Amino acid sequence: MTEPTAPADAAPSASRPPLWRDVRILRVAFQVAVVAVIALVLGTLVGNVRANSERLGIPTGFEYLDNPAQFPIPDSDFRQAQPVRDAIGEGLGNTLRVVLLGIVVSTVLGVLVGIGRLSGNWLVRTAARIYVEILRNVPLLLLIYFSYFALALTTFPRVADAWEPLGLALFSNRGVVVPWVDGGIAPLVIGGVVAIGAAVGISRWRTAVADRTGAPAHTARYALPAMVLVLSVAWLVSGLGASIPERDGNRVTGGIRMSPEYFAIFFALVIYTASHIAEIVRGSIQAVDRGQGEAASALALSGSQRLRYVVLPQAFRIAVPPIGNQYLNLSKNSTLGAVVGYFELARVTAISVGNGAPAVPSYLLLLAIFLVLSLVLSFGVNVVNRRLALVER
Amino acid sequence: MTTTLRAAPAATIRTWLRRNLFRNRVDGVVTVVSAAVIGTVLFRAARFVLVTGRWEVIEANLRLLMVGRFPTVHLPRVAVSLAVASLVGGFVAGIVHQRQVAAGTSVVAHLSVVARLADLVERFWPALLGAALLLSLTSTAGPWITVGGALAAGLVGRLVGARLPALTHPVVVVAAVVTPFALVAYLADAVGWDSWGGLMLNVYLAIASMILCFPLGVLAALGRRSTLPAVRWISTGYIELFRGAPLFVLLLMANVALGFFVPAGSAPGRVARAIVVFTLFTGAYMAEIVRGGLQSLPRGQAEAGRALGLSPTRVTFHIVLPQALRNVIPAQVGQLISLFKDTTLAGFAMGLFELGNISESITSQGPFRGQQLLPEVVAFVALLFWIGSYTMARESQRLERKLGVGRR
Repeated sequence: MTEPTAPADAAPSASRPPLWRDVRILRVAFQVAVVAVIALVLGTLVGNVRANSERLGIPTGFEYLDNPAQFPIPDSDFRQAQPVRDAIGEGLGNTLRVVLLGIVVSTVLGVLVGIGRLSGNWLVRTAARIYVEILRNVPLLLLIYFSYFALALTTFPRVADAWEPLGLALFSNRGVVVPWVDGGIAPLVIGGVVAIGAAVGISRWRTAVADRTGAPAHTARYALPAMVLVLSVAWLVSGLGASIPERDGNRVTGGIRMSPEYFAIFFALVIYTASHIAEIVRGSIQAVDRGQGEAASALALSGSQRLRYVVLPQAFRIAVPPIGNQYLNLSKNSTLGAVVGYFELARVTAISVGNGAPAVPSYLLLLAIFLVLSLVLSFGVNVVNRRLALVER
Repeated sequence: MTTTLRAAPAATIRTWLRRNLFRNRVDGVVTVVSAAVIGTVLFRAARFVLVTGRWEVIEANLRLLMVGRFPTVHLPRVAVSLAVASLVGGFVAGIVHQRQVAAGTSVVAHLSVVARLADLVERFWPALLGAALLLSLTSTAGPWITVGGALAAGLVGRLVGARLPALTHPVVVVAAVVTPFALVAYLADAVGWDSWGGLMLNVYLAIASMILCFPLGVLAALGRRSTLPAVRWISTGYIELFRGAPLFVLLLMANVALGFFVPAGSAPGRVARAIVVFTLFTGAYMAEIVRGGLQSLPRGQAEAGRALGLSPTRVTFHIVLPQALRNVIPAQVGQLISLFKDTTLAGFAMGLFELGNISESITSQGPFRGQQLLPEVVAFVALLFWIGSYTMARESQRLERKLGVGRR
């Protein structure tokens, strides 16, 4: 803040207004007053926390993080004697498992439904519209209750007569088991990254060739086989195996299990967020100038080419910021997993407060973690947004 | 979309099917597959609603779901409040109509009474259907009197409002602002806030927080665009802090940690705490919505105001804000809808006796415990929320079309 020249010292001139009407003085005075009020309020709050904590003998620092947690976390290696710090780490892991997978799946579902709402097929269009208008207008909490108590615990059969669609996955009231890789996730991730890198490189090369020579690019015809090739080499070299769930009476082996709680919060978050994303996608596609699609048709592009090359790239430019907001909402809504007993951050914090951790620092830490998570997510969205944004004058 | 030069063939079922379901082979496959999926879902839903659902749990607990444990002797106050609210709402609607007719923008003025009734039914069919469903589930006179009284009061208000002389309009506006507070005082005078419950509490939380968050949001939005750095930083800090925090965590925090932030023994009741959290949270979102409205306004508006010699305050409150707020009415309704839906979080996080909490407790206690009736109750409660949210969403779209936002 720059101090204006103090008019009191200067000789009062005829053109200078009196002190109480001098805009520069008023600006500073007003800001000082606002800061003083805010500081007073915050100071009172902090003072109250300190006084109340002292009176009740509750610590205000973060030393409690080293105390033993004294509660178990299902589906993890966490032991009760481990410190609260580790429990929060476990909770963060569980939150991220829901958030990251949820973002991917709800984006795919949301884009499909959003395009479906504009489909020429009456059945698809109507079903997508009903889906969106029902899901968007009911509270998420009720969806979570429903998908836990009505779906995951009641509708899914007992393990003995579990649903096994195509023999690949297994749905029962003890959770959902899906195929997974055998032998660690690291080789899979490395192989996947190399394969995607190869595909991107090849499609860049093909595009460059097409730009130079005018020959058709056939990006997919070159890149997809390359990706499959790299993946199968990675598969053979690392000795990975597929682990497919198998049931023997009441025992299930193989695959990877989602607990009913995880399934409930994941499923509810995905269908809820997808309904919001679908509306954004539909709105963005409709916001693209009609003439663009008509021009594409006039150039004899096919329906899918028109979407792929002309309409969708422009629509996504409009859709990215609001979809990013939906990702933030999804990450914040994941705290509702606590309602069905999923051990994400909010539930871990609530339980550790119940077990004697001081409430104020615990919740401030929880808020801080979510602020950081939000910042990271919006940073990612901003990067995408900047790459897609039109470069204007 | 292809255009043919031939005259359109007569619309028979066959051509409709070919055009909308079986345009080509892929389309046909899509139709058949999605028909199978939709058929399965519809079949299961219909079986649940008509055959397997045990709806007696709703009938037995209907009063709990609507008004919680509000004492019977004081229920007439609820009926009176509803009637007064819809009377005032009717007045406002009548005045709006009067002004639209005067300005020549009314869509329905030239229609016959029957057509206007049909228009009303078309607009509010979910709410009418919901009211009919609720009444069909009751066996006492109270709900009938309540709903009938509210409808009659709304009708009288609308008819009288359309004929009120222009002189009285400011009085009605003042009444519309004062009524919510007066009604809350009237109800809270009989039964303290913390004993309220049911749908009544959800609606009350949403409306109270919405009214309170509005000035906060406008102030924060103006602050964020202020040229005074200190004001800008503080507003930005408030907005980003509350937008980055999960509402559920804020509610949990208000439940267990709020007592630390106020002097010992002066912590407010749970409903007041919930309203504070909802207000602060929604205020941050409201601020961003209003900021969007402010940004959408051409600079020339404010500059013209300055050129006329208006003070910055007058420019803001007489020129900029009225236009900016009008532009973002649909977004504000959207925020009100999500606030209404989010009131269900207060039950689990703070133990308020609102609909989410009630659904859980009537299936885990009392005569219906252990019978796995939660799906029925959750479906019914979801229907109530759906009716409210969907009606608001549709009205907002209608308003959006009328205001022509984004088209001028």
